[in-house]
Amino acid sequence: MSDQPILILDHVTKRFGPITVVDDVTVNVHKGKIQVLLGENGAGKSTLINMVAGVHEPSSGQIIVDGAPTRIPDTKASEALGIATIHQELQLVSSLSIAENILMGRLPQRFGLVDKGEMYRLATEALTTVGLHVDPRMPAGALGIARQQLVEIAKALSLKARLLILDEPTASLTKHEIEHLFGVISQLRSEGVGMVFISHHLDEIAAIGDSVTVIRDGKFVAEVPATTPEPDLVRLMVGRSIDEQFPRRATPPQQPLLRVQGLTRKGSFTDVSFEVRAGEVLGIAGLVGAGRTEVVRAIAGADPYDTGTVTVEGKPLPKGRIAAAIAAGVGLVPEDRKAFGLVLGASVEDNLGYATLMSSARYGLVDRRGQAERASAVAKRLAVRMRSLGQRVGALSGGNQQKVVLGRWISAGSRVLILDEPTRGVDVGAKVEIYQLMNEITAAGGAVVMVSSELPEVLGMSDRILVMSDGRVAGVLAAADADQRTVMSLAVKEVESDRV
Amino acid sequence: MSNTQGTTPTAQKAPGADIKSTRAKIADFISDNGALVGLLVLCVAMFIATPDFLTPNNLLNVGIQASVVAILAFGQTFVIVTAGIDLSVGSVAALSAMVAAFTGQSWGMPPLVALLFGLLTGLGAGMLSGAATAYGKLPPFIATLAMLSIARGLTLVVSNGIPIPTPSVVTWLGGSVGPIPMPVVVLVVMGAIGWFILNRLSIGRAMYAVGGNLEAARLSGIPVKRVLVTVYALSGIFAAVAGLVLSGRLASAQPQAATGYELDALAAVVIGGASLAGGVGRISGTLIGALVLAVIRNGLNLLNVSAFWQQVIIGLVIAVAVGIDVLRRKRA
Ligand SMILES: Nc1ncnc2c1ncn2[C@@H]1O[C@H](COP(=O)(O)OP(=O)(O)OP(=O)(O)O)[C@@H](O)[C@H]1O
Ligand SMILES: [Mg+2]
Repeated sequence: MSDQPILILDHVTKRFGPITVVDDVTVNVHKGKIQVLLGENGAGKSTLINMVAGVHEPSSGQIIVDGAPTRIPDTKASEALGIATIHQELQLVSSLSIAENILMGRLPQRFGLVDKGEMYRLATEALTTVGLHVDPRMPAGALGIARQQLVEIAKALSLKARLLILDEPTASLTKHEIEHLFGVISQLRSEGVGMVFISHHLDEIAAIGDSVTVIRDGKFVAEVPATTPEPDLVRLMVGRSIDEQFPRRATPPQQPLLRVQGLTRKGSFTDVSFEVRAGEVLGIAGLVGAGRTEVVRAIAGADPYDTGTVTVEGKPLPKGRIAAAIAAGVGLVPEDRKAFGLVLGASVEDNLGYATLMSSARYGLVDRRGQAERASAVAKRLAVRMRSLGQRVGALSGGNQQKVVLGRWISAGSRVLILDEPTRGVDVGAKVEIYQLMNEITAAGGAVVMVSSELPEVLGMSDRILVMSDGRVAGVLAAADADQRTVMSLAVKEVESDRV
Repeated sequence: MSNTQGTTPTAQKAPGADIKSTRAKIADFISDNGALVGLLVLCVAMFIATPDFLTPNNLLNVGIQASVVAILAFGQTFVIVTAGIDLSVGSVAALSAMVAAFTGQSWGMPPLVALLFGLLTGLGAGMLSGAATAYGKLPPFIATLAMLSIARGLTLVVSNGIPIPTPSVVTWLGGSVGPIPMPVVVLVVMGAIGWFILNRLSIGRAMYAVGGNLEAARLSGIPVKRVLVTVYALSGIFAAVAGLVLSGRLASAQPQAATGYELDALAAVVIGGASLAGGVGRISGTLIGALVLAVIRNGLNLLNVSAFWQQVIIGLVIAVAVGIDVLRRKRA
């Protein structure tokens, strides 16, 4: 075994038109080693790995595989080199079955026909490696985002690649699934697979990485060992230090803003009741599949429910009517920004303005000045990194896309913000910005409901924590009395009592 | 580990990069305005092939020939932007013209009232298609295919299969004022209205959102169903106007008028750069698409190419235009 890296990105540069997104960066990946890429939103991490995955070709510089300069013009070429990639944005075809998604392009055949039995067997095998137990015949779109992410990982793992690229694979997973995934990754590492790993969760770097390449604004900053302390990593990454990771400024809670009573939908959630006061942040924790997303979507009018009531400032909201909820000041930031949050082909300005497009119109005419002013003010306030307000939102980095979805509701002046995984894929600096925004909202008399799978975030930013389990409220804790253990024991409570 | 980052090569590359970006700018312009460039190239080619092409009279002819398809295509643009399709526009055009002629002739309605009846017919047909898709959850392809058949059938029922002379205003719409042909005037007016709706009305901007990502639009509080009914209703009204212009030119509403025009309208929209996947499309592009089709037809006529071969050539043009567009999108 030689020390020769299996992959070298050698002084690569990538330009999109006039702007340079990756500027002369070099990265080495060794056999049996995990190379971490670290950088803020928009630093160029995804663009960098996309050059290996066959999505983009470098504008200059070369890609060296096993010592030989190689061109990777498309995904096929990348796979042929033994490279498997888990992209940041989910790529599953939601109408196809999970099995077809996993085995796409290499369905097992028998007498020229797809061998269904074999297909489901292989798919089940792949799903087992990531600890996901679902029926592979289900359409992929029926799964929530975390499980879709696990399917993507299963798919990449089943390619038996010798170089695995993981672009924020943990962004929508909870602790439990992440630990499982890390077990699989460690196993692969000991088998000699080289890996590139991207994550905004700094604690994962020491847990799984070997070496860290830090990039900022598309440029190489440093390469440091994965054992480097987190504050140092942050400083390298954002160019300054961040004193407080969870800057919650509690506001004394006032009158109740949002009240949910006995909300029930058969098969999804049962008898969910809670209250959020003005000035309060209510965190909602629970395992994947506990029904958190279903409940908040129902509250926001996105989905219907069977029984129960939702009232905002004492006024009941009609069932399943989004426009009414918005008019009452409710804003929902959905968990899957690509599927439910953004019109990727439209501009940043348009995307920021959708919630006010109809309501700000006079005589049916677009309030063009108002829309433009609101958009530029919000983009500035959230520090959205973009070329211009006219840029396609799909060309923004993941974290900046998230800011745009959030910005839409800031712009609409929503008083009850429902945030479903608001910092998924958001870098440390931008996370703090989003938290500060939550502070501003509560200080101004608004209320925030935050669903999150990141326990430290729930613990650090909530005033009270509601834990859901199996579609029911397992308990509500004051943040002061809560820690990881108390929350987790509530989260698994119902599940255990049901299954024993 | 190679932490060394070369800086010298970047300095050497700079001038080359500049030249490339100018060239890239031109390439960008051509690929952004592919249809316009295609139209200009086509005009030059036609002029070289037959100098008759560039006479004022012939150019007005092209305008008249383009008008009906262009007006239909403007209406179709709204629908395509929302990722729908309206196959019924040709039949709805014929039915609307027939209703106007019938109410004028057989019911003795004043010409303007008859014209209004024609427009309302288009509106009604469009709203029905829209309601069937938005509320009845029928795929647009099926809903409007049904409307294609229903509207054509009703045209035959109303007319008994016999052409009916048009009311005076409608005939006026098909004629000309001085040297200016009215169909071209109507084309410009309808184009302006279409542009205004898509770019200045909130419901127009909402059409792009619905076509780009229906679920995201819905979750932002955009009334998706209302938007869908509106686009089909607009398509119906535009079809009615096109039908009136067409019947006005012939001074009679024909039962088989505008048969197959839905395909030309679709082609014009797609050549103009709209995507059948939704979220993309402009009135200016659609106008160019309609002109491309008209120029080809006109040029081939001047060159005495048989109508049969014209069909084949138009088909090829559509395939090439859309093919180029697909390639371009893939690259972007
Ligand atoms: N196709 C494109 N055209 C133009 N600009 C692009 C394109 N793709 C990416 N960019 C720009 O390149 C920059 C880097 O984006 P990239 O997705 O690589 O960031 P990232 O480091 O992965 O960020 P994140 O942590 O948010 O995922 C961004 O500013 C983005 O706007
Ligand atoms: Mg990224």
